Amino acid sequence: MSTHQPSAAKGGKWRAPALFGALAILFILEGTVSNAMFSGHWDNALGILRVGLISAILALGINIQWGYAGLFNAGVVGFLALGGVAPVLVAMPPTEGAFEAGGWGILFAFAVAIVTLVIAVALHQRMTGKARGWVVAGVLVLGFFSYRALFDPAVEAIQAINPAATGYLGGLSLPTLISWPVGMALAAGAAWIVGKTALGLRSDYLAIATLGIGEIIVAVLKNEEWLARGVLNVNGIPRPWPVPYETDLQQDPAFLERMSGLGMDPMVGSTLLVKLLYVMLFVAVLALLLWASQLALNSPWGRMMRAIRDNEVAASAMGKNVTGRHLQIFILGSAVLGLAGAMMISLDGQMTPSSYNPLRYTFLIWVMVIVGGSGNNWGAVLGGLLIWFVWIKAGEWGPLMMGLLSQGLGDGALKEHLLDAAPHMRLVIMGAILLLVLRFSPRGLLPER
Amino acid sequence: MDLLNAFIAVLNYVIVPATAYGAQLALGALGVTLIYGILRFSNFAHGDTMAFGTGLTILVTWGLQAMGVSFGPLPTALLALPFGIALTALFMLGTDRVVYRYYRKVRAAPIYITMVSVGVMFVMNGLTRVLIGVDEIRFADGERFLISAREFKTITGLAEPLAIRSTQAITLVTAGLVVWALFWFLAKTRTGKSMRAYSDNEDLALLSGIDPNKVVMVTWIIAAALATTAGTLYGLDKSFKAFNYFQLLLPIFAAAIVGGLGNPLGAIAGGFVIAYSEVAVTYAWKKVAMYLVPGWTPEGLLQLLSTEYKFAVSFAILIIVLLFKPTGLFKGKSV
Repeated sequence: MSTHQPSAAKGGKWRAPALFGALAILFILEGTVSNAMFSGHWDNALGILRVGLISAILALGINIQWGYAGLFNAGVVGFLALGGVAPVLVAMPPTEGAFEAGGWGILFAFAVAIVTLVIAVALHQRMTGKARGWVVAGVLVLGFFSYRALFDPAVEAIQAINPAATGYLGGLSLPTLISWPVGMALAAGAAWIVGKTALGLRSDYLAIATLGIGEIIVAVLKNEEWLARGVLNVNGIPRPWPVPYETDLQQDPAFLERMSGLGMDPMVGSTLLVKLLYVMLFVAVLALLLWASQLALNSPWGRMMRAIRDNEVAASAMGKNVTGRHLQIFILGSAVLGLAGAMMISLDGQMTPSSYNPLRYTFLIWVMVIVGGSGNNWGAVLGGLLIWFVWIKAGEWGPLMMGLLSQGLGDGALKEHLLDAAPHMRLVIMGAILLLVLRFSPRGLLPER
Repeated sequence: MDLLNAFIAVLNYVIVPATAYGAQLALGALGVTLIYGILRFSNFAHGDTMAFGTGLTILVTWGLQAMGVSFGPLPTALLALPFGIALTALFMLGTDRVVYRYYRKVRAAPIYITMVSVGVMFVMNGLTRVLIGVDEIRFADGERFLISAREFKTITGLAEPLAIRSTQAITLVTAGLVVWALFWFLAKTRTGKSMRAYSDNEDLALLSGIDPNKVVMVTWIIAAALATTAGTLYGLDKSFKAFNYFQLLLPIFAAAIVGGLGNPLGAIAGGFVIAYSEVAVTYAWKKVAMYLVPGWTPEGLLQLLSTEYKFAVSFAILIIVLLFKPTGLFKGKSV
């Protein structure tokens, strides 16, 4: 938000390249120098970069919502998790007999639920008088019980199929890449529901509603075993298109030959190649998104969005539909979050719903956007990569520093406690970074022009 | 007899736990609503303030226990509570001085201050983890039951037990006292009146010579007291785990909004609305149905939603209220 920040950024047009250069040096140091601060393994550097790129995409999605329109989405983790369902539904092999057993039942139950809602909404709009509330409530109750009557047996039938290994619907056995747009669509759908109710009201209602939908989506993923096995996790999700498996590479004579030509151990070479391919794939997606976002931001549409953000009253006086535009941009931003979620699950190769922690996947992303510079797409990317690097490394530096600090202490309960607590210090560090940036440099590292 | 058994079952599994939970939510929502009314932002750090205050209270409790101090049949944590409140209030005042004061001065947009509170949330969350760890902690001592299930059965001869844990009774009594004190303070004292005036119309309040710094200071102290009390009662009743307190943020906000943000009475009503719906919707009604309709054994558990979805209940109520009555059941502020 551009409410109170007078000073222009120092460094002018060289600021962005300089900061990205510094970031690159950080990653190069991580890959080459081995000391207390850096690991000196390219494997680690590329590993951090891979997830950093996904974080950058998440930050881009939040920047679309916050930077362009001033919308506070506190449920990033939910949209991310929903996007993560897509690789399971698209790329996993279907469970034999599951669809016949309960798939149709579940679809039918959903149809009943949707019809109920449509009827309820229609009745609510058409009817007047005292009976309206009772009739609508009656329809909803009746619909809910028929939905449960259809849904419960279907779920039971699906979960009964080989529960140790499957017990869920499975997917469509399609290429993993296809799941990425599907993830976008799923997240966009959820965003439509939330946006439709919470937008147009006070600005922090959206924050609270998204906080809620975030928790609920994660709860659904943890508990609905027919969908993605819940806390039992889905393993072995196929990798996206150009990325091979290390074991296949190590058996490929052409690859072995090239490795011996380079004088490299094929084991090390194969892991590096896989990580490098992931990085290239993610960079391609990020570049595409960045290009599209920049285009949108500088188009008349982007100018309109910023006009709405900076003065809603004036913009609506000019005939702009503020709530409608907000809904549009909220859906767009959430779709990007869903894409990142699908990419993350394709990277991990497994769906582990219990790992979706709001501090890590909602509020850390916010730190990235604010630090990088809200309203500036390049800033969001910079913030995503930088904060992810710091977050990972702070997890290692914290105990190290605590060890140094507590060297003077004798062995005892206090020292042990301090060492145990050290990894949590990175939360405090992140909070402090966020507060410092908000206070002293609210426009972030790369301010909006 | 069956009717009585059904009633006791509802009392035991729905009304008693939901009342205690509702009181805890109400105290939390009061803090949120007070900060919203006077400081004019949604405080995302409130859940972690509760965790932080409870963590401090637990540390003091352990200290007292180590010194051999106990509170007879009551939990030692109640003795430690004033210390926890004082420490948390000091921390909040420090936070206000270092963080929030600046944004009041520049009159930043409320959503921007909400963002700032996310930073505070991170810091407090980290500090709580450093202070007391991430594990589940049970710190209730003293008498466990006011009425135990077996006693009740032998006295009444009913098939259904009714157990009232002492922590549930303590929650209600403490919450009642705190709410009474708060409303007395707001209604009768000079400072309380100036707080209400400041909340209603900042400019007019300033014009009539109310000291805004004092109002803000008192608000933070009260918010710290409410959060610590709510957190300690919740921890006594269930258990302390830092992450659960973060998750309480949603039902607490829902309660405050359902009641009408900025309206203390609404926050209390909202807390109970959320708590009763949450427990009623996630309770398995099979047993009660079997008492009420003799000879009928339902196939399922007659549970509307599984307990894992209790947050969905607060969310659904929140959405319904936002759709039909955005200012809440009692008229709240809307900025």
